[in-house]
Amino acid sequence: MAKRSLSRTILPTLLTYLGLAVGLVFAGFPILWMFFTSLKSNTEIFALPPRLLPDHFTNVAYLSIFNDPAKIRFFLNSYLVAGVVTLLTLLIAILTAYGFSRYSFRFKNTLNVFIISTQTVPPITLLIPYFGMVVAFGIFNTYFALILTYMVFTLPYAILLMTGYLNTLPRELDEAVLVDGGSSWTALWRVIIPLSVPGIVATAVYTFLLAWNEFLFALTLTKSMDMRTVPIGIELLMGQHAFEWNEMMAMSVLGSLPLLLLYLIAQRYFLAGMAAGSVKS
Amino acid sequence: MIRTQARTRKRGMLSYKTRKRLVPFFYVAPATFLFCLLMLFPMITVLRYSLMDGAITKKDAAFVGLQNYVTIFNDPVFWQSVGQTLYFTVMSVIFHLLIGLAFALLLNSQRVDPLIRSILRVLYIMPWLFTAVIIAIIWRLLLDPNGVINSILMTLHIINFKVEWFSSTKTALHALTFANIWAGYPLYMVSLLAGLQGIPKDLYEAAGIDGANEFQKFRYITIPQLMPIIISIALLDFIWTMQVFPLVWMTTGGGPIYATEVLSTYTYKLAFSSYEFSRASASAIFILIISMGATYFYIKHQKAR
Repeated sequence: MAKRSLSRTILPTLLTYLGLAVGLVFAGFPILWMFFTSLKSNTEIFALPPRLLPDHFTNVAYLSIFNDPAKIRFFLNSYLVAGVVTLLTLLIAILTAYGFSRYSFRFKNTLNVFIISTQTVPPITLLIPYFGMVVAFGIFNTYFALILTYMVFTLPYAILLMTGYLNTLPRELDEAVLVDGGSSWTALWRVIIPLSVPGIVATAVYTFLLAWNEFLFALTLTKSMDMRTVPIGIELLMGQHAFEWNEMMAMSVLGSLPLLLLYLIAQRYFLAGMAAGSVKS
Repeated sequence: MIRTQARTRKRGMLSYKTRKRLVPFFYVAPATFLFCLLMLFPMITVLRYSLMDGAITKKDAAFVGLQNYVTIFNDPVFWQSVGQTLYFTVMSVIFHLLIGLAFALLLNSQRVDPLIRSILRVLYIMPWLFTAVIIAIIWRLLLDPNGVINSILMTLHIINFKVEWFSSTKTALHALTFANIWAGYPLYMVSLLAGLQGIPKDLYEAAGIDGANEFQKFRYITIPQLMPIIISIALLDFIWTMQVFPLVWMTTGGGPIYATEVLSTYTYKLAFSSYEFSRASASAIFILIISMGATYFYIKHQKAR
């Protein structure tokens, strides 16, 4: 009897915690290693035997980034591009989602399928014509080239997430405005948008994340150091001095920080939005 | 109500009815315009490039039919890239699913304190928040010949010399796949966790009354209930993983020799190292066709649900 209760209750609980601990090491160890490496001096990084915590905590890696205007510029570029992309994407996605959610019209289904399949078009397939286009428009190596091309992969998600969210708001809300003599435009701005803040936050976070992380277009459509974004900055740092591991890790920590903060702030909205998007669409 | 309003407010050239019909198009117009500019037009362009000789580089590039396709199909490196892309993708999808499902089940377990569960959920998601470039350099640091993983494996006597994970033709593709597995499971975890929480409790209760054990409940309730989510996430993951670029570019660049060349690095090098834009376009169309094939199943599956 005793053995039975052991295998019934304690053992599974123990195994569950063991599994959780293994998972934690798997997910967390590489990240901790990155973080503490950024606080080591470069001589300590491959010390034998390896130690997670530095013997001497140092912020030299961070200082050398903050004292280098070229590296600061990578961050400014990333914030600018991701910020503008997020704003424009939200604006267009909200309008489109409102159209999708509140009206039925010809080609609605075609447009919807088109948007869903856009999510899966390989970036490399688009990159080649984009390169030709960007050169032809004379916008090679500009913010505009990045902002414009990033919209192709931020918009589909933003539209799908926002449509999903707007579908949860009752149509009676719009109708109340229409009855009072307002237009659908008034209904959208005065009633629907204020009520959609959670959906908008989730969409904004996801859009910012996509734009901040983009690599392929930034690599190819910009050229000069003053136009490079953080991911490309890290790549350049890697090519230039392959042994400054602490600086590369510091750059990575700083490059991940905005996403971690945004994620923590918006977690609740974000997961709900993600779940809604993947469970039913 | 709205009709009366219309009659009183009728103005302009267009009748109320026409204007009303145009309203939705007004809302979807900006997005439609952008999708034409950024999707439809580039697609036609890349297809055109792939049928020309010397697109972008030559002013008077001539139409050559399918010749670029013939050229890449006769390139052994192309087929090696196809094989390696397939290995990388299939292994990634399988392990993403297994790890994501395991974590989702652990996080859904009623045996664990809810506070611990919600903290761990955030921590387990973390690999997903890192950009591919950062994932690449984290794993380059960890898998450096003098790095911590070699140290640990040597202490445990699993290996007896310093393995050059990313620069040996034997290990590079596996190391790369492993790094991608680490980075990609949270999408499954999040979706499956949401799926698990959506399974009605009475299904398990009914099975319990019928005498089903834990494994049977898992096999005959959990898995079938999660199947629609598993299929859609796995299809999306297959499509996205097949298109991998930054991770490969930043760890091995396709090397050593061609040991980790995947379709996207193969295409990228053709276009932006060799300036063979026409052949690169043919290769890009090949990737597109495979993606579209998988997308077809994805959309069909979404509609069926």
